[in-house]
Amino acid sequence: MEFIAYFGNVFEPTAFLLLLGGTIGGLILGATPGLSPTMAVALLIPFTFQMTAAHGLILLGAAYTSTVAGGAVSAVLLKIPGAPANVATSLDGYEMAKRGEGARALHLSFLSSGVGGVLGVLLLIFLTPLLSRWALAFGPSHLFWLAILGVTVIGSLDSRSFVKGLLSGCLGLWLAMIGYDDIQGAQRFIFTDSLAGGINFIAAMLGIFAVPQVLDMFAKGRSTAAVVSIKVSPQSVGDSMREIGRSGRALSIGTVIGVIVGLIPGVGGQIAGLVAYDQTRKMSPHRRKFGTGHSEGVIAAEAANNAMVGPSLVPLLTLSIPGSPTAAVLLGGLLIHGIFPGSDLFDNHPDVAWTFINSMLIGQIMMVIFGIMIASWAAKIARAPQPVMAAAVVILAIFGTYSVQQSMDDVLIMLVLGVGMYFFEKFGFSAAPLVLGLILGPIAEANFIQGAMIAEAGDGALPYFFGGVMNLFLIVLIVASVGYSFWSNVVHARDRTEAPRPDNPIEVTP
Amino acid sequence: MNARTTLLSLAAGAMLAWPVAAVAQDYPDRPVSVMVSYGAGGATDFQARVVTMVSGEEDYLGQSMVIVNKPGAGGRVGWNWFVRQAPADGYTLAVYNMPHFLAQAVEGGVQFDIDSFEPIANWGADPAVVIVGKDSPFNTIEEFVTYAKENPGKLTVSGAGLFVGHHIALLQMEQAADIDLAYIPSQGGGSAAMTAVIAGNVMAGINNLSDAYRGMKAGDIKVLAVADLERSAEFMPDVPTLMERGIDVDDTSVNFRGLMAPKGTPPEVIEVLAEKVPAMFNEPRVAEQLKAGGAEVRVMGRDEVREMWDASRGELEKVLEGL
Repeated sequence: MEFIAYFGNVFEPTAFLLLLGGTIGGLILGATPGLSPTMAVALLIPFTFQMTAAHGLILLGAAYTSTVAGGAVSAVLLKIPGAPANVATSLDGYEMAKRGEGARALHLSFLSSGVGGVLGVLLLIFLTPLLSRWALAFGPSHLFWLAILGVTVIGSLDSRSFVKGLLSGCLGLWLAMIGYDDIQGAQRFIFTDSLAGGINFIAAMLGIFAVPQVLDMFAKGRSTAAVVSIKVSPQSVGDSMREIGRSGRALSIGTVIGVIVGLIPGVGGQIAGLVAYDQTRKMSPHRRKFGTGHSEGVIAAEAANNAMVGPSLVPLLTLSIPGSPTAAVLLGGLLIHGIFPGSDLFDNHPDVAWTFINSMLIGQIMMVIFGIMIASWAAKIARAPQPVMAAAVVILAIFGTYSVQQSMDDVLIMLVLGVGMYFFEKFGFSAAPLVLGLILGPIAEANFIQGAMIAEAGDGALPYFFGGVMNLFLIVLIVASVGYSFWSNVVHARDRTEAPRPDNPIEVTP
Repeated sequence: MNARTTLLSLAAGAMLAWPVAAVAQDYPDRPVSVMVSYGAGGATDFQARVVTMVSGEEDYLGQSMVIVNKPGAGGRVGWNWFVRQAPADGYTLAVYNMPHFLAQAVEGGVQFDIDSFEPIANWGADPAVVIVGKDSPFNTIEEFVTYAKENPGKLTVSGAGLFVGHHIALLQMEQAADIDLAYIPSQGGGSAAMTAVIAGNVMAGINNLSDAYRGMKAGDIKVLAVADLERSAEFMPDVPTLMERGIDVDDTSVNFRGLMAPKGTPPEVIEVLAEKVPAMFNEPRVAEQLKAGGAEVRVMGRDEVREMWDASRGELEKVLEGL
């Protein structure tokens, strides 16, 4: 209960102003496509040079928390995920916004971010020593199986066709292979210098989500008949809160998955949202409604990506190992003040440590308040005329891509992938499995090769990859996941032949 | 507001990469961008941000330096970009990491070599160290070598990647002690390699002294030896060098970091930089913050860096020969 003693520090005037500034600035930076939480925190580092350690960390912690949540704004309203963690949010969020329920989607995403985030930080406060052991329990073989488990999600992520989902995922896995391989020193599929560094994930994500949408708008042409006028329905905060209260299942699945995935060094929050989205759908009675603007999808994804924030700092705070790029930036923020994370931090600088953690707790609540304040206002974006919207999305996508590493090559890659995705979608393939393939490819491959190298020096590959409780447990989960997808696909197909469904299933409120 | 100003300065920095004929007398009359070929948050990026923070003051350049990250392929993407596309007008500089970029040039497949760049000044040195987990049976480097001799190819050692300082140190150790180790390069850089050691996924590791220092203080790892000419008096005075223990490994693998300009930068501009930049690195506030992070400050002027590059290149050719 030591942390309670340091709550006062957060409400001291300077600290609180920094917390507010970090939260509001973070929401804006997070909503800007291409500006990932890592980049936002790195940009703020020079400002912390002149501050005390605690103040600097309050600013960085608040910015980290709210950039992760702020990414939902552009994911919901423009279908451009603000950061990789928000990919899953856009799947249902954008569909809701198209129906004029942008404000509702944003309310739900900020509220569920807040719930997930607060629980994540509380876990960080109470269970850090226990969690740090868990973070180290994953060796290369386990991470390999974990990534394969993620691959099994790919097939079911496409609600329309299992096979097309898998094909799209394979394309993502292949795209991830392009570039220079750090482990074996091989160059793969590098035809031009532009591809030497591989495909930047943020560039790919912006292209795949934003460009097909813009081309769709162009394809509709100037015909007035095709112009949809969206009525933006207002949403009261009370209603949103009651809805969150009723969505216990999505919230808890999202939070649990966010916490577990967040803890594992190197896997990070990119997949937390997608895995939570998929699991929530599998366990939901309204499975079919996912992908058509179903609120559970938004809630699970956002609860997961903010729940990951607290636990993702466990390896950093206890072992001084940054488990994610953002944690690495925070490590820099600590080091300039001569503070070493690890036992030194909690023993010799408890005020800094607990003020930082407390500020993330308060920051989550601030983030919800300000998020909801901008939600109703931001949702009006949906009313903008299509030509204006198309232009704005193109500009944001190009600006966002270029800002990642000041590279025109990335912009070209973004446009090429985007145009490719437009035609790909015309044949019924979808973007989400491709993105997941792109994320999981490097994790699966690197850990497999490392595992194989370690196994070669030890007892051989068979005992290394198939021995031990954890390996077997993960393998069982993989088999179960594949079996489930296959089974539900068969059942689904039978349903369809027996009772042909209308093209637009009528929404039934639960 | 802070966030917005930063965004603006970032955008401004990006635009300033335009090739404009430099008027050397006025240099610098606008911000200078500094390319880091590793991602935001890494040790190189972090140190670059610290050493350039006072650049805007009148005593130094009088113009701020803006960090631009171009990560990929272990640094190759950034340095290839720098040699091919960076305007040689003094407004685009880059951070070099020794021995990484020279090892890549020796190994081949990149578009740069030692002559493609003009060194300006060096700010820091981060030697490679041999580490083991806290429960490891190895307590000295001798025990490590004996085990490796008895079990050739069985001793797994993690490091940050191929042809980086860690890898070079390992190759030098193998040659000097006549042993055969199993090198396990990691994909996530030094921190992933460190995790592998603490978690016991590998039996030992080669990592940066600055990161190992934190792990040693926390009691998570033991440091067996330093791959440098002298012990690190400041951070780990009790840890011997490899040379002291009869393993003939010099300082080729030490990760030196500093600033360089593209070939063809006007000599007047280089002169200004070669005078002001070392002074900036020697600024007490900079040194203090680098030291706080466990990074050793080692400032070297332009000529000294040139000598070091030449000496290293020769040594690297020997080490990488026949690989």
